[in-house]
Amino acid sequence: MRSAADGQCGQETVVDRGVAALGRLDIVSANAGIHSSAPAHEMSESAWQDLIDVNLTGAWLTCKVAVPHLIAGGRGGVVVLTSSVAGLKPYANIAHYVAAKHGIIGLTKTLAQELAPHRIRVNALSPTQVDTDMIQNQMAYKLFLPAIEEPTRGQFRVASQATNLLPIPWVEPRDVSDALIFLASDEARYITGVALPVDAGVLAK
Amino acid sequence: MRTGRVAGRVAFITGAARGQGRSHAIRLAEEGADIIAVDLCGEITSVEYPLGTADDLAETVRLVESLDRRIVARQADVRDAASLETALRQGVAELGRLDIVSANAGILSSGSLTDLSELAWREMIDVNLSGVWRTCKAAIPHLIAGGRGGSIILTSSVAGLKAYANMAHYVSAKHGVTGLMRTLATELAPHRIRVNSLHPTQVDTDMIQNDVMYRLFRPDLANPTRADFAEASRATGLLPVDWVETRDVSAALLFLASDEARYITGTALPIDAGALIT
Repeated sequence: MRSAADGQCGQETVVDRGVAALGRLDIVSANAGIHSSAPAHEMSESAWQDLIDVNLTGAWLTCKVAVPHLIAGGRGGVVVLTSSVAGLKPYANIAHYVAAKHGIIGLTKTLAQELAPHRIRVNALSPTQVDTDMIQNQMAYKLFLPAIEEPTRGQFRVASQATNLLPIPWVEPRDVSDALIFLASDEARYITGVALPVDAGVLAK
Repeated sequence: MRTGRVAGRVAFITGAARGQGRSHAIRLAEEGADIIAVDLCGEITSVEYPLGTADDLAETVRLVESLDRRIVARQADVRDAASLETALRQGVAELGRLDIVSANAGILSSGSLTDLSELAWREMIDVNLSGVWRTCKAAIPHLIAGGRGGSIILTSSVAGLKAYANMAHYVSAKHGVTGLMRTLATELAPHRIRVNSLHPTQVDTDMIQNDVMYRLFRPDLANPTRADFAEASRATGLLPVDWVETRDVSAALLFLASDEARYITGTALPIDAGALIT
């Protein structure tokens, strides 16, 4: 069902309809995100605003429309927000992304406080580069290799791997999904307010 | 053909006679791993509650074997590197390999900074911090020699990330474990050996269900009971639970030990009912 994290396409209806059709809501993955790049002082107002709208405000709106269903269910629940290693450390030339992803960590911890009495757990995922269209493009390649005119995937692979401790260029989407399932399951029933890195050691580097 | 999330792997666990260590052994065995288990099976002078015994360790052996998994159990002291090396050498010889390390052995005592005895400080640091280092030092050569990477999980604590009054030695040791974890993660990444730490809040074991802990949490009462402790313990977290169970810590350990966390290293994972963000 079509929706938009900025709420313009009637997301509330989507969640309401989904819950009506499927009977309940237990797990929320606030995952939608975008990426762009520019030095902070050269960034356009619209580039800043779009990214904050989707990556931060969109995550809040997702929670805002979903949480009432979790509370109404009376069975607790799990909210997993997709942050990033950029939610825990800075990267040059993506100030809006770093600010939004740091914001997600603050939102996660605040929601964890607010929702604990309902046994709703709230955690964040902090992946390093994940092998998706969001990083496999010229804009992302240029971010990692600003000195090269038209960086290749091979060059990006080397540069991306240099950010990680483990000898891998990026993680796969299923690695992030594995962490999400762990947090969403009862195996993590007492884990809340945590930012879980899936980062090949970026943060420990 | 064995199945499970760590099928065919071998795990080394310290403090395995009971509590979290036994729970880790059982959970990993349920998921297909064989176990090398060690425990002091004896007392430590500054610790005021009874520690695990040889009978406890024998019970861990029985429980793992009842899952049709193999276990090599030895009496060993994390303050004595040679005893760890011997247990590991014999365990790896018998079980054929080493993949997972759980540096879990730990003790608890309490006292204000000025009241803590030199002995209590030394024993705490020797077991809860240096013992973790000795465990890793003894195990890492086996992991590297295997050439298949590996996963080391250090048991720290919420007290490894925030302070609690009247246990400066415990807080210092557990913070030290966090630093050790991060350093090892950087050193061992080229070998595809991952290193992470667990940070539980109060776990329902003999280490917390005793008068030392009850008095630590309820200094306002002359003779605090389990119920008095439960009330104070619950207040340290956000979720409405008194404490977490050993199986909750084991679930996190299993996740970090398994390939599901194959790209997670250098991470401090709380199992804390929200204690860190209260």
